[in-house]
Amino acid sequence: MLKTNFLGKQFKNPIVLASGILGVSASGMANTVKNGCGGVTLKTLFKEKRSGHPNPTMFGTEHYFINAVGLSGPGIENSIEEIKKFKEISGAPLIGSIGAGSTEGFVEAAKLINQAPIDLLEVNVSCPNVGTEFGTPFAYSAEAIKTITAKVKEVSKVPISIKLAPGVWNISEIAKAAESAGADAITAGNTIAGMAIDVRAKYPILHNKVGGVSGPALFPVALKFVHDVYKSVKIPIIGTGGITTGEDALAMVMAGATLLGVGSAVYFRGDNAFEKIIAEMEVIMKEEGINSLNEIRGCIHN
Amino acid sequence: MKFVAVFTTNMKNDSPKQLKITRIVEENPSVKTFYFDYELSSKPGQFVMLWVPGVDQKPFSVGFDNGESFGLTIFKRGPMTGKLFEMNEGDRVGISGPYGTSFSVKDNTHYIMVAGGYGAAPLGFLAEELQKKEKVTIDFCMGARNKDLLLFETRMEKLSNVNMHISTDDGSKGHKGFITDLLPELIDKNSISCTCGPELMEKKVLDLCNEKETDCEVSIERHMKCGIGVCGQCAVDDLGICMCKQGPVVKRELANKIKEFGHYHRDKSGAKIDL
Repeated sequence: MLKTNFLGKQFKNPIVLASGILGVSASGMANTVKNGCGGVTLKTLFKEKRSGHPNPTMFGTEHYFINAVGLSGPGIENSIEEIKKFKEISGAPLIGSIGAGSTEGFVEAAKLINQAPIDLLEVNVSCPNVGTEFGTPFAYSAEAIKTITAKVKEVSKVPISIKLAPGVWNISEIAKAAESAGADAITAGNTIAGMAIDVRAKYPILHNKVGGVSGPALFPVALKFVHDVYKSVKIPIIGTGGITTGEDALAMVMAGATLLGVGSAVYFRGDNAFEKIIAEMEVIMKEEGINSLNEIRGCIHN
Repeated sequence: MKFVAVFTTNMKNDSPKQLKITRIVEENPSVKTFYFDYELSSKPGQFVMLWVPGVDQKPFSVGFDNGESFGLTIFKRGPMTGKLFEMNEGDRVGISGPYGTSFSVKDNTHYIMVAGGYGAAPLGFLAEELQKKEKVTIDFCMGARNKDLLLFETRMEKLSNVNMHISTDDGSKGHKGFITDLLPELIDKNSISCTCGPELMEKKVLDLCNEKETDCEVSIERHMKCGIGVCGQCAVDDLGICMCKQGPVVKRELANKIKEFGHYHRDKSGAKIDL
């Protein structure tokens, strides 16, 4: 009922672990597959080892989750063994994720990660937590997206998905730039920039002051994002942002998503949030007589 | 004015609460206990995230909690604890939690606490909680490098059902050598060994309890970022479970499945570091 084909890869269901959540070790990611994920996305890796920001790096409330981890990671070359280990212990499709501060950096990262057994490569051009570290975020410039996409596509041995930022006014133009430059898919999308202040301490709670908002508060923003991207391009979409229930998941499919990234939901519903979402999708589909997700994908656009 | 009024209902909220440090006790030159008058309602073995704005936020196990106030026993180690050691009574820090699993608190049981260094804090809290239980005896084994670094010896001696056992590396007090040397003759069929301290010491306790097939509960420390089961930084091989949620206190059966325990852990970038 939920089996999903994405760029030729079979997923037992469309729920994929979103990048940055529980993705530090092979065993941690394999545990999310045990808890229902149809596939997993690695935490974004840079060529270099990065320690990330000091704590607090994340916390949540009833309405939202917010993080500014600062893209910590051991570096791509130090991660190859860990990625191979995931493939040894789990059969689920694996999506790599790379970050960099320049076009050349993305090309280098894409070449390095070619050594790892990934099935798809997400190109993270939209992390809101490294602010001015790399100048204006690439995700706001159609020109930057076009260049990075074309260059990464040239070297990557697997299909690529460009991970864009929500809340960008010219999203249609940017999505089209990615598609025309050879992107195989679009991940829509990243967290949206936000902040939280401790009024008693008179201090921003995240050490980085600002961070990326996810969780229920992000969902309607992400849903429209997927809707807008689906209207603009023909390539498939990984819909990500605030999916917490089966209802959210089906709404994302109706807006046009094929795979569904789920991350912060583990904060709101526990380690097995993935299987809860899947079970709820199945209940609604049965009640509504929906036999496959293909029947409803993008249906609100008709 | 009473701070920390909560204006919301029971909604989920893990943002830090600003709590006033009500008392600071210097345990030894590099260890202080910070007390807060706040109903934390923690259980022995659980931890809180302590935030010093502008510096950092780190997990600390609760070393004392009598229902009305709680204490955190902290070893001065880096920039954050350094800043904390400059703070005075009346200053505030951000606290979230309590988080994680706890040691069992049971009637009719022979407890063996195996504490290394400041591991004595959560186990001291456990011993005090056990005073509420029926027919409990406690062998409290405390090890340190030298006698000046022993923590909470007097605090534990006050408890009527506690037998103290001490070891120091330099022999300045008690047995000269490892605290785990004393363990084989204490363990019996009805005992639970609870341990907190250096990982190699904990591993030794686990191994001894495996040999004797007796209950054991281990507090496993891993680098944590969020403390709430999201970032994956403290996930352990090969299970992939997070020590901030399914730990820090794990029972013998689970500890045996954590293959990296006693061998390696991960730093804040996620890279493996051998013990």
